[in-house]
Amino acid sequence: MEAPPIRDDFDPGPSPPAAHPAINGLKRVATVGFAVVSAAVLTSLGSPRLLLALAAAAFVIGVGAFIRRTRHGTLRDDWKSRVFKDGVSVINRRTAIRMFGMTALFVGPVRVIPTLLQDVLAQPSEPVGGDPVPLARRRQWTMIIDLRSCDGCQSIGLPPQCTTACIEGHLSPEPMQWIEVFEEELEGEGTRFVPTPCQHCQNPPCVNVCPVSATFSSPEGLVLIDQERCIGCRICMAACPYDRRFFNWGEPPVPPEALAAEYDMEVQVPAVKGTVMKCDFCPDMARAGTLPYCIQGCPHRAIYYGDLEEDLATNGRELVSISQYLAENNAFHLKEELGTQPRVFYIPGHGEDVDRSPLNRGRLPVRWPWSRISEGSASWSR
Amino acid sequence: MTPWLERLEQTTLEPARTTTRGYYYLVGGLLAVIGWALYAYYVQITDGLVVTGMRDRISWGLYITLFVFFIGISHAGTLISAILRVSNATWRTPVTRMAEFITAVALITGALFVVVDLGRPDRLFNVLIHGRWQSPIVWDVIAITTYLTASLVYLYLPMIPDLAFFRERLTGRVPRWKSWLYRKLAIRWQDTDTQKRKLHVSISIMMILIIPIAVSVHTVVSWIFAMTLREAWNSAIFGFFFVAGAIFSGIATLIIMMAILRKVYRLEEFVTLKHFRYLGFLMAAMAAVMLYANVSEYVTSGFKLEEGAAFIFRQLFVEEFAPYFWFYLIAGLIIPIAMMFTPALRTVGGIVAAAVLVDLAMFVERYFIVVTGLRAPLLAYEPANYAPTWVEWSIAAGGFAFFALLVTLFVKVFPIMAVYEMKEEREALARPRELEGATEGSTP
Repeated sequence: MEAPPIRDDFDPGPSPPAAHPAINGLKRVATVGFAVVSAAVLTSLGSPRLLLALAAAAFVIGVGAFIRRTRHGTLRDDWKSRVFKDGVSVINRRTAIRMFGMTALFVGPVRVIPTLLQDVLAQPSEPVGGDPVPLARRRQWTMIIDLRSCDGCQSIGLPPQCTTACIEGHLSPEPMQWIEVFEEELEGEGTRFVPTPCQHCQNPPCVNVCPVSATFSSPEGLVLIDQERCIGCRICMAACPYDRRFFNWGEPPVPPEALAAEYDMEVQVPAVKGTVMKCDFCPDMARAGTLPYCIQGCPHRAIYYGDLEEDLATNGRELVSISQYLAENNAFHLKEELGTQPRVFYIPGHGEDVDRSPLNRGRLPVRWPWSRISEGSASWSR
Repeated sequence: MTPWLERLEQTTLEPARTTTRGYYYLVGGLLAVIGWALYAYYVQITDGLVVTGMRDRISWGLYITLFVFFIGISHAGTLISAILRVSNATWRTPVTRMAEFITAVALITGALFVVVDLGRPDRLFNVLIHGRWQSPIVWDVIAITTYLTASLVYLYLPMIPDLAFFRERLTGRVPRWKSWLYRKLAIRWQDTDTQKRKLHVSISIMMILIIPIAVSVHTVVSWIFAMTLREAWNSAIFGFFFVAGAIFSGIATLIIMMAILRKVYRLEEFVTLKHFRYLGFLMAAMAAVMLYANVSEYVTSGFKLEEGAAFIFRQLFVEEFAPYFWFYLIAGLIIPIAMMFTPALRTVGGIVAAAVLVDLAMFVERYFIVVTGLRAPLLAYEPANYAPTWVEWSIAAGGFAFFALLVTLFVKVFPIMAVYEMKEEREALARPRELEGATEGSTP
């Protein structure tokens, strides 16, 4: 067989001019930039399923490359010659781009794996027959505290009964007063009493700073805490301008029956050591058709509880239209200027409706009925 | 080889070659302190944070103070190696390695204190699993891990030629694991032109990159405070103020560290009075910056004296925290400036004394920033009080011991000065002079 003739007259022509180094540099920047940006976009925007599919594809490609390379000599030698020549690194643009791409494909899904696993493993959470509460009837719990009717329980000679009822109802650890009655100096002489629960802000500073969403706003407008997620960093306590967050510094001093309960973040029983707690607005009580403990405990019916959607609130004795009641009685918020938009409204006063003189100072200290029986737990002061 | 280079190489090799008995005593002592701190932490884990002095109303204390302080001194490395490198200030070369190492070690120590402060350290990984972009804590996690990675890279890159030098000179004369370590870490450095060029490019990229990272770190540390609705922390200057304070305390820590290492490993020829003076002047300049920031901060809020500000001013200027505040202001800012203005005090001893004052003052400053901010009552109640307990002091001592231990171990294994860069810079300096000498010599 004759060898194919060698053409002497073949002229490859002038070789293409080498690209200017600056153009090469620009290209490099552009390609690498593209790889990085697309990696970032994929990572942050891609749906979990898309990313999983990409990761699977990358895995298959990677395994294929591995098999192909091991067939031609050992992978190790091959890799060495790619990366080092005479001891000098020769990683080039193509290698770099490949690295970027593979990294993005492998790293991207890591972020969504937990969610994905939850999706895959979780039981169907939708109740059969759909949401039992139509969206329009979503409750928006609110509280109105009428300071005209609050005398800090001076007239009955007991510690503030809202606080006591709350403690006994929630089995809250000593010394937490989720609703605490502060005695505030008036502009003139004398004082007024201000029962202060969590204000359930609609722009909640505590929720804004929580690193793990352990505290969050519920669809009903409440700020709740998941004590099974809280890491105890206490930045929410620094952020809350109402001093309404409490920490379980040690083993929580609670009665034995609290320990038997099944944990629920709407009830916060049993308390969890090393986590934050606060007033939860008793949405479970309201849904069951009764009123929060503090309202049940109040002897002067100074606290109203209701639903902004329905525009109705009650103190257990009378029913008021929220909008009208707030307008007619000069309602205000605590620290309105901070823009936290609380769900708790106050009606100005100093207990005049229950015949308290502002000069009559002082209220009795609150007691925890199980102080002596909560064995093995040291209580602490605030 | 010039006698100068010979001496430099011997001085740098010395710590890795020989170990005195005092060294073991020191390591033993530090380990004992760390052991005690671990016991204190065990108590805290079993009993809860109730063993600390923190309570609901002052819910952060010594741990967060130490977190801010240590992250602050980590800015030593960035300033000395990055900012001064960008400005081509070659005098810094002999002390860069120490500064970069302070950075890495201080960052690790500082980050540990956040974990110590957690009520549920067992749930630490919730930050990765459920992390929220919007939380200042997550900003801190991102910034600090980025900074730690970057500063480890930045510590390692300029060290590669020095590690190759150790590999050549020490293989066979040190334990086998050390030889192995130098061989691996020197990643086949042969001092070829290509390698030099690539190293130079990598260092240049890192030194630019690390400056914004460092600035972002202490800015977001300050935002942990400034993002809350607390009067004392409600300040736009906070980020800048914390970064300035970080560099300030970083320089002071570097001066102290330089003095100790210079004494112990006889670096007098290379770490000279000039270095102490230059860093001392830098420290004084930063003190002036701090003073300016303080004046801006307190005059703008103190002149108007809004409702909440009045309480904060009282407790800071005349009541509970007045000793701390005036110590910080006078001993930490004004005296160091005055000392640097006094020629008689510009000795190594005088500058180290000023640096000790600065570090103490900055620690106190971090403390009163944290505690006064939380102490101001939010509603009608008596202000709470805070005093650290033995558990907190023990863990704090453990933190300092951990910091010292890492430095102690480091200087035993790694080159304590940037030999390669010092050599190169000296050669670069010598070259034109040699030429001049040659021309002068040739003309009779």
